[in-house]
Amino acid sequence: MIEITPDRWVLWQIGPFALNATIVFTWAVMLILVVGAATITRRLSSQPELTRWQNLLEVLVTGIRDQIRAVSRQEPGRYLPFVGTLFLFIAVSNLLAVVPGWRPPTASLSTTTALALCVAVAVPVFGVANEGLAAYLRHYVKPTVFMLPFNLIGEFSRTLALAVRLYGNIMSGTVLVGLLLSLTPFFFPVVMQLLGLLTGLIQAYIFAVLAMVYIASAATAGGAHVKDSTEESTNG
Amino acid sequence: MDSLSLIGMVSIVTAGLTLAIGSIGPAFGEARAVAQALAAIAQQPDESGTITRTLFVGLAMIESTAIYCFVLAMILVFANPFWNFFAERAGG
Repeated sequence: MIEITPDRWVLWQIGPFALNATIVFTWAVMLILVVGAATITRRLSSQPELTRWQNLLEVLVTGIRDQIRAVSRQEPGRYLPFVGTLFLFIAVSNLLAVVPGWRPPTASLSTTTALALCVAVAVPVFGVANEGLAAYLRHYVKPTVFMLPFNLIGEFSRTLALAVRLYGNIMSGTVLVGLLLSLTPFFFPVVMQLLGLLTGLIQAYIFAVLAMVYIASAATAGGAHVKDSTEESTNG
Repeated sequence: MDSLSLIGMVSIVTAGLTLAIGSIGPAFGEARAVAQALAAIAQQPDESGTITRTLFVGLAMIESTAIYCFVLAMILVFANPFWNFFAERAGG
């Protein structure tokens, strides 16, 4: 039986409280990230010879910083924790799909909706922090007051799009492999799994970049105008 | 024909149509976008980083319409609320 969401897979239940696979795997990803980062950063060295794990973390952090700087054309420092966490969480939960028995928590609409809501909350928070409440609210009545409802609809629909895009991509991979297993076992599902790894990583990247684009479009710090890629794609 | 088999038939046909119609539009759109991006990279190889990033973000935007259709088709086939409602009524 193919399930289109890991929410239905209940592992443990006491009374009305059900512990489903989404929650378990979400906590597993969080545990891996937190414990991994804590153990690696316990012995940091500024000498030329690094441990290979510190090297990995440095590559990740500098890579994310460069991407944020390139997308938002602002200093990445204040956005790094939020956007980097989004990327790492989604990437790890998607990439662990190679582990047998693993159901990515991002294949559940509840997880992706939660992530998209985080972005929807972070946009006004960063916007107000960067340029003040009045200047942020003025974005909604640009270019005229009549555009107010459309701006609000755009805000809502892009959050929905963010959630459904990630969910659809990851869920489609899982369902496709499940279908292929019953039709053409052995070889073909493996190829689709490999393709799923690629899509998983690309979707993590896209989710983080889109979050950054939305935040940057609402928070143009110091009157610096954000150009091309950021402004065209804010109404997804 | 009872309502249950009617719902099953209509759901499957609609899921197929949803996927077919819903994927052809984004396919054309993405093809255009990729062709333009390749032409732009061929003209300005130095800007390939920016072009590729914008291309990926744009492709994700275009693709989301196809993903909506796919999610709808999956719901129709695997988690159809009307089917569940009538199946429950027939069973109970």
